[in-house]
Amino acid sequence: MAQVEKRTASVPALLEWEYAPAPEARDIVQIRERYGLFVGGEEVEPRSGEWFESISPSTEEILFEAALAGAEDVDLAVSAARGAFDNGWAKLAPAERAKYLYRIARIIQERSRELAVAESLDGGKPIRESRDVDLPLAAAHFFYYAGWADKLEYAYPNRTPRPLGVAAQIIPWNFPLLMLSWKIAPALACGNTVVLKPAETTPLTALLFADICRQAELPPGVVNIVTGDGTTGGHLVRHGGIDKLAFTGSTEVGKLIMRELAGRDVRLTLELGGKAANIVFDDAALDQAVEGIVNGIYFNQGHVCCAGSRLLVQESIYEPLLEKLKRRLSTLRVGDPLDKNTDVGAINSKAQLDRITELVASGEAEGAEMYQPDCRLPERGYWFVPTLFTNVAQSHRIAQEEIFGPVLSVLTFRTPEEAVEKANNTPYGLSAGVWTEKGSRILWMVERLRAGVVWANTFNRFDPTSPFGGYKESGFGREGGRHGLAPYLRFE
Amino acid sequence: MATAPALIGGFELPAGPRLPRVGSVDAVALEERAATLAKRSIKRESKLQALDLAIRMMDLTTLEGQDTPGKVAALCAKGMRPDPLDSTVPRVAAICLYPNHVEGAKERLAGSGVKVASVATAFPSGQLPTKLKVAETRAVVELGADEVDMVIDRGAFLSGRYSKVYDEIVQVKEACGDAHLKVILETGELGTYDNVRRASLLAIAAGADFIKTSTGKVSPAATLPVTLCMMEVVRDVYHETGRMVGIKPAGGIRASKQAVQYLVTLYETLGPEWMTPDLFRFGASSLLNDVLMQIRKEKTGRYQSGDYFTID
Repeated sequence: MAQVEKRTASVPALLEWEYAPAPEARDIVQIRERYGLFVGGEEVEPRSGEWFESISPSTEEILFEAALAGAEDVDLAVSAARGAFDNGWAKLAPAERAKYLYRIARIIQERSRELAVAESLDGGKPIRESRDVDLPLAAAHFFYYAGWADKLEYAYPNRTPRPLGVAAQIIPWNFPLLMLSWKIAPALACGNTVVLKPAETTPLTALLFADICRQAELPPGVVNIVTGDGTTGGHLVRHGGIDKLAFTGSTEVGKLIMRELAGRDVRLTLELGGKAANIVFDDAALDQAVEGIVNGIYFNQGHVCCAGSRLLVQESIYEPLLEKLKRRLSTLRVGDPLDKNTDVGAINSKAQLDRITELVASGEAEGAEMYQPDCRLPERGYWFVPTLFTNVAQSHRIAQEEIFGPVLSVLTFRTPEEAVEKANNTPYGLSAGVWTEKGSRILWMVERLRAGVVWANTFNRFDPTSPFGGYKESGFGREGGRHGLAPYLRFE
Repeated sequence: MATAPALIGGFELPAGPRLPRVGSVDAVALEERAATLAKRSIKRESKLQALDLAIRMMDLTTLEGQDTPGKVAALCAKGMRPDPLDSTVPRVAAICLYPNHVEGAKERLAGSGVKVASVATAFPSGQLPTKLKVAETRAVVELGADEVDMVIDRGAFLSGRYSKVYDEIVQVKEACGDAHLKVILETGELGTYDNVRRASLLAIAAGADFIKTSTGKVSPAATLPVTLCMMEVVRDVYHETGRMVGIKPAGGIRASKQAVQYLVTLYETLGPEWMTPDLFRFGASSLLNDVLMQIRKEKTGRYQSGDYFTID
């Protein structure tokens, strides 16, 4: 009936529509040349006398210098935290603690544009994400845990929750301010004091957060921030004065920390790597599943521990889904993180870029088929084209190791049982995604997937009320929700 | 007279070597994607380009009981020369009106390149026996309409009588002859995106040249997510069969900013091939002046008051 015809346009179509650059104004954030350590409510010069440079990964320009904290500096920070804990913070009325947290949350909201720009400058993530994801969530975490501060006894009926003391917290570079919030908000709500070490490549928003603590008139020493590299983290882990260690980062370092803390009376939570399966069944809403797949792996350049880096597609829809996915990849806009239209920003560091490049080369060498859309990359800075591998075998390195970059491995399955088997066949277990219109199948899958978070018909969705954490080599302990309080409490 | 082929199980496409799946739509993710696209920041030259295109894609519309030949004449003049002070502003794609005014508009627009689009098939309700709808369609085409905007029988669709809806579109399409057929789904009455997807496929299968969101008489009229949903259907049909179907969001698009958001969504969903009035239209009455205002602002750097733009 309806004949198939390709209509010839009588009015020529636009061949190309270039979006003019739409950069977010950079001058909202005042970056000083140098930042010291934040210890006891003051900015101090490092006793180590050492400094390191923080660069912008999208331009390789040097943004500022930060102090490289040595053993003595870490010791001072822990003492300051101990002092603040003993001299009042722990005994403060819980509702008063809550007021500080609410205040911090509001200041984060007020300064969110500045913080978002700082995050994108220092870390390379697109402003669209820092503005719409990182910042609202960071504020939400403080608001949420502020609410718990005076309700701990209701969270644990018939028990008497008490703070632990000094919490040492080491955070990664992928969501600098958000991870800071995940760590600091519950620690303070429970009455602990904090020594936080931000990642070497992304200390800027933590240093701005120090200023927010002062603005909120948080008592000196309750939050201390020591910048530095792995050695600084090592000093903090080995310090005898800490009661709790919370680490988010690589599985490799997580194992080192666990060894170091064996036999010591230090509570530990680890949130480590992942190799999440994103499982698409043939009855899923395909166009929306494609969006979810893209959001699952190309969000934040794939620098996400719960990224959906393994796509498991039911064989009957493999071809149409791949076609859609490839088409969608070609519309991703890679480039200047400060441009409001950028979808994929810069790779966080040279070291990370090298690691991604090496793993992608191994994928090609092992026989997987690589697809990359046509994509112009800026000349300076660290960049990687959004990449997709097909013909991936379960035994390939790209199907097993965490790449932590914008690289997706596509595998197929035929039955739900096979999907579960393949999804669980990894040393990790942080997250998983299930795409199907069938509610009963979602529940069936959730019961069988060994992953801390399972998303249904969505991916990479976070909320302060929802606990987050891993199985197996993805770590232990939960952050977020009521569950996120327990790691910062002891019970009398 | 054309007859529709028997439809097994409802409404598979009769065309193409590989039938597109009807598929389903996830409302949350669809709306999220539309919201992301709406946040694109389009500036300077790319904005001017978009505004110019928005005018060329516009079906300048008046569909009121109080329409008079005078009002229609004014609208035609506006459509041919939207900005009397700036001759670089292009003409609109078509003037969209009730059958009563087709002849008048045809005369006024002769030789201008602006098309005459007439609504038909008991617009906006569609509650008329099929043969009368077909007769109405024939009549408007005879009166000179270049394009026909029909409404689907939502009552039949919602009660599951898909073949009734399909047959009717097939017959109206035949009555159109050379005139282009736009099929109005009235998405505001369909309730779910799944229904919108289903109705879009049905209309395309029955021969629609365009699928159109709304009559403008029902709220909500066009929204970005619903239009995105229809674009995704059009994309699927194109990739399955090679057939290019047009899309027309209508109703509720009043600001340039919205128009640019639709164009961004079109560009990133269907690509540059669809960026032509042959495949995309805006059904709007008050959008034009806002676009003109924005164009003048982009060109001169200053906003001018409403008094500098004609009210028609």
